[in-house]
This record gives sequence, structure tokens and C-alpha cells, in this order.
Amino acid sequence: MNGMNKHLYYFALGFFTVNLFWALGYLLTGTPVIPSPWTVYAQTGKLLQNNILLHIALSLKRIGLGLLLSLAVGIPVGILMAYSKIAGAVLRPFVYFTYPIPKTALLPIAMFLWGMHDGSKVAILFLIIVFQVMISVRDGIESIDPAYYLVTVSAGASRMQIIRHVTLPAVLPALMTSLRISIATAVAVLFFAEGYGTRYGMGYYILDAWSRLDYAGMYAGILVISVVGYWLFASIDMLSKRLYRWR
Amino acid sequence: MLLIENLSVAYPARQGAAAVLKALSLSIPEGEVLAVLGPSGCGKTTLIHTLAGVVHSQSGRVVLERDGRQTPLNPKTHAIAVIPQNCGLLPWKTVRQNCLLPARLRGQDIGKAQAAFEQICEALKIGHLKDSYPNHISGGQLRRAAMARAFLQNPDVLLMDEPFTALDEITRYEAWDLFLSTWRQQRAVTILVTHSLEEALYLGREIAVMGQTGGAILSRHENPFFSQLQPDAPEYAALKKRLLHSLAPAQEAAL
Repeated sequence: MNGMNKHLYYFALGFFTVNLFWALGYLLTGTPVIPSPWTVYAQTGKLLQNNILLHIALSLKRIGLGLLLSLAVGIPVGILMAYSKIAGAVLRPFVYFTYPIPKTALLPIAMFLWGMHDGSKVAILFLIIVFQVMISVRDGIESIDPAYYLVTVSAGASRMQIIRHVTLPAVLPALMTSLRISIATAVAVLFFAEGYGTRYGMGYYILDAWSRLDYAGMYAGILVISVVGYWLFASIDMLSKRLYRWR
Repeated sequence: MLLIENLSVAYPARQGAAAVLKALSLSIPEGEVLAVLGPSGCGKTTLIHTLAGVVHSQSGRVVLERDGRQTPLNPKTHAIAVIPQNCGLLPWKTVRQNCLLPARLRGQDIGKAQAAFEQICEALKIGHLKDSYPNHISGGQLRRAAMARAFLQNPDVLLMDEPFTALDEITRYEAWDLFLSTWRQQRAVTILVTHSLEEALYLGREIAVMGQTGGAILSRHENPFFSQLQPDAPEYAALKKRLLHSLAPAQEAAL
């Protein structure tokens, strides 16, 4: 199966099982908190009326900014941690100490520092992704075959040339794998990050429907967020396959 | 002439047994191959890494002497080509990109390098693999690609770290042969480190035997059997025996 077909297959399978359990939950519990799948699907027509594309676009913009910032900071820091003894000694304990902290718990600080609008939202998404980037870059560098340095250094390569021709391509696979996971987490965290200071975003859409006790609308929003999340996951996966045909 | 004088290399405190060179001196005349024969862990690889500029020495010097002028060996000023044990081709670059990388790194004329690349690929019989990735070609082909990259640099010094020992016998003889025929056209000063007696005897004009510790050179032998495969001469067996004796006097005594 090629990449595209594989993803469609898994998507269909996931979609089917989720709906199966959902319908079972509806039939067995009979609570208004779990509306039937068909009620929710009847609502999906409303999504477009409710500007869902704009909600999706703004969420993607926040994730995109968080991702760009994470790469801009995480890659150089990861490289520094691996190549500089001093930076490694200072940063390593700091990173491992702060890594397990639930980043959403830092939301009050982010709000205080960057305000209630996109600043604090991007900051939280950044904090979620950047640790994965730093650690995967650093670990990726530590597993580089020394022979690759041998052949480039002996050919007169400068530090920047080594980073460009050896380090970055070598860490790319591990980086993409970790991004796939951390971006999925970032999507899930939209639920918190878009719960304040905005009227747009997929997280906001869900919370808003919930606050109006519009459970069908809420589940429609959840469907949207899971489809978008899956789409992000699948596109990174396909991009990375294309990037390392050499494997 | 490549001169290595009183070279000492120690790894900074790291776990595990780090091989160390102590006051190593060696000289290799212009246009010659010196095979350095030694047991594993004796510091052969450290020697290659130091000459390549990856590991820094604590003391001593390495100079290249040409026309009576001595210049310290340095990858920025000299063309140093290395063929490491696993060939060291970057897996994310095709054979072509790998072979042209040194020219790119040194900011040389890529057009000229391209033409030379086409030529050397024909000579080394990898013309059909130019745009393949290293992970997709065989061990023998990989060695030939690594040779192409090395010779394309027109090296002042060529360093080899057991590049052929992982090959099966037939492929290895073929690789040796191709190596020598290409090497003869440039005759770069070459150091080949190996633990294989046969390889040292086939590829080394001279053979230096390195001891178990401190990278001490125990003995040095002229090799009249250079580029001869399994000669029948009784002298060949005698030289092999002498080398073996020099390599492992203790073990031989125990036999």
C-alpha cells in the first residue's frame, strides 16, 4: 500500500470503530451528554454556516506559529546541547527537569507575560513542541556515525558546512517522528488555549457549544478537531517518507 | 613525504578503554603505501582520526614535505581523503552527491569535478549507480563509491581504515585490484591500517607492525610482494611468519 492509501485505510478504520463505540455508548447510556452519531452528523451542515473553516484556519495559524518558533529555538539549542560540553552540562539538567511539567499549567504565566490573545496561546503550543524538538535533535546527533564527521572534516568542511551536510539531514527522521507526536498533543491542547481571549479556533468552537449545552454542536466540533489532527499527522508522515527516500 | 614525529594522542577522560598513541613516529615516502598492521584496539583508528584532523594531538607534529618545504598537515590546506571502515558515505546523499561533496566543501569548480566523476565511475564500474543512495547498493559497490570519492579529491594524503575487510573474499580481491589500478594513476601518500595480514601484504609497499599499547611501532618491513595475490614463493610464507611473530610474540610462543 502506498502512503496515501494507507492513511485513507487507517482513517476509514478509525472512523468506523470510533462511530461504533459512540453509537453503543449512546444506546447503552441514554444520557443527553452523548447524543447519537446521526444527530451529530445532521449538525455537520451547520458547521459551514458557523464559519468552521475560519475556526480551523486560526487554530492552524497558532499551531503553525508555535511550530516555527519551536524549530527556530529547539534545533539550535539541541545542536548546542550535543556539541558544546558546557552548554550540554548546563542545559541538560534544566531540560530534563522542566520536561515533565504539564505545559498547560503554565498558562497563567503565559497569559501574564504575553496577554490574553494569540501570544500566550502560541507560547503554550511552543512549550509543548520545543522540548520534543530539542531532545530529538540532541539524541539524533549523539547517534551520528563518527565516520560521517571523519570524511567531511578531512575534506575541509567548516562547522556550518558540517551542520548543513551531516547534522541536519541526520537528525531529520527523528525530528519528524517527534513532531508527529507533539503536534497531535498541540492540537489537543487547543481546547485549553482557545478557551479564553478569542472567539475563533477549533478549541473555542467546542467550548462555546458546550457552554450553550449544544452537545450535538460540541461533538461536531470534536469531529472536526480529530479530522484536522489526523490530517496533520498523516501529512507529516507522508512528508517525512518523501524526505528520506534514502533510508 | 609524510612525516609523523613524536605524535601523542590521549582522549579526555571518557568511559571505556580509549586507545592512546604515545610518541609515535613514522615516515611515508612520496608515492608509497604504508600498511599499518596491528591488533584491534591498538590505536590504528586513532592514528587515522588524528591525521584526518578530527582528533587533536597533545604533542608531536605531522608534516607533509614537498620539494624540501615542510607544511603541517591540515585538512584546510591539504587534500586529505579518507576511506573509513564502513566507507562513510552519507546515506542521505546519492553516490554522485557524496563524491562531489568534497569539491563543494572546498569551493572548487563543480563542472570540472562532474567531468572527473563521470570518468572515475566508468573506471570503477559504478556508472549505473551514480544516482543511487548508499543504503540501496551492495558492500562491494559501496567500497568502489568510497574509492571514487577519495580519488576524485586528488588527495595529497589518502587514509584507509580497513575498508575492505568486511567484504567476502572474491569481492575483496576485486576491490583490491580496482583500488591499486586507480591508485597507481595518482600515487598519493597512503596509509592503510588493517588487522589483515593478507591485506597488508597485497596493498602495502611497506608494512609497519603496531603493538598492543601506546601505538608503538614494533617493526617495519619492506614488502616485495606488493600487489601480488597469494604468491607461491617460500619468501612470502617467511615474511608472513615474521609479521605474525612481530604482531603476537607471546601467543606464538604459547603455541
